[in-house]
Amino acid sequence: MLSLIRAVIGRDLRLAMRRQADIVAAMFFFIIVVSLFPLGVGPEPDQLRRLAPGVLWVAALLATMLSLPRLFADDHRDGTLEQLALAPQPLALIVLGKVIAHWLVAGLPLVLLAPVLGIQFDLAGDALAVLTLSLLIGTPALSGIGAIGAALTLGVRGGGVLLSLLVLPLYIPVLIFGAGAVDAAVTGLGAQAHLSLLGALALGGVFFAPWPTAAALRVALE
Amino acid sequence: MLALQGRNGSGKTSLLRMLCGLTPAASGEIRWCGRPIAQIGEEFRSELCFLGHQNAIKEELTPLENLVSTARLAQEPLDEDAALAALELVGLLGREDLACRYLSQGQKRRAALARLVHEKRALWVLDEPYVALDKAATELVAGLVGAHLQRGGLAVLTTHQAVAVPAGSVRELTLGDDVAAQQRL
Repeated sequence: MLSLIRAVIGRDLRLAMRRQADIVAAMFFFIIVVSLFPLGVGPEPDQLRRLAPGVLWVAALLATMLSLPRLFADDHRDGTLEQLALAPQPLALIVLGKVIAHWLVAGLPLVLLAPVLGIQFDLAGDALAVLTLSLLIGTPALSGIGAIGAALTLGVRGGGVLLSLLVLPLYIPVLIFGAGAVDAAVTGLGAQAHLSLLGALALGGVFFAPWPTAAALRVALE
Repeated sequence: MLALQGRNGSGKTSLLRMLCGLTPAASGEIRWCGRPIAQIGEEFRSELCFLGHQNAIKEELTPLENLVSTARLAQEPLDEDAALAALELVGLLGREDLACRYLSQGQKRRAALARLVHEKRALWVLDEPYVALDKAATELVAGLVGAHLQRGGLAVLTTHQAVAVPAGSVRELTLGDDVAAQQRL
């Protein structure tokens, strides 16, 4: 079981390494969107500190959205998805591997970039730490929930727009608790409650999402 | 071996997809060893090798990587020597380190068919395996299917070409217009 998940992750990471343009594009999108705000809003540190959690989290959601349509589309186009669906092992396990690989490729870079970008917003050290931690806990939920949407819109023309409409509303709880945690840290309140709820969302997202995703993929293959 | 024939749109591919359990049958039931495949899903799929219209080849990977990663995903790890031997047999040795997007259509098909060389599962379902292949490769695939039949395996394939399979008994089934008419309903 673990070896199957490892095989899927290994294959997807190798494919991602051969197509680095996709990863780099999503990272630059994140960097640029976040950097535009201090330029547009003006350099008042108080205002920037207030804005920071929301801006960073919304940019992280949108950057994750960018890479979602390709999560299953390439495998669908070249017939690999049929092979995966016909594997003797449960399709949900394969999906779990793909979700983990997606997070490593699309989520983890955002987590690593966030503290650097947070400096632009004059965040203090502990707020930066909470920001990074909240993204580290929250981005797996984005990959998990996003996989359901990506599977549901597979093979649909104009699926990208539909995917955003489907998935972004489901991201709202993650956004609220993620940005809330950073906000609490900035204002000096404890971030622990927010982080715990975020952790619950992430666990739920990653471990329950593969089943509806697998069901949606089977429907898409019919 | 069962060779399915019929004009375009007569439902050959649909039938194969139903046999694999990818598409549910509108009516009736498909059984493996007397039991419906919908119930014994995983047990049936561990006996099934499907090769569809699409090659299931990753353009970014080399034929060698494709072969090895497909085998790993099927939980039947293939060592590099065995994979190279399979590629040599399908005539891709010397191209094994070239990304598949640089290969021709026929070479991609060969890369996909290399999977069959070490394939031990009992039921092969092949959708137009001879498409895009030259004469030598067509005979090679027919030889692989023949060897599979000799081992006691089963094969179902669709084709528009009459290709002699060296061993095993061959039954032919031609899907006619009535099936096509039913499909449209």
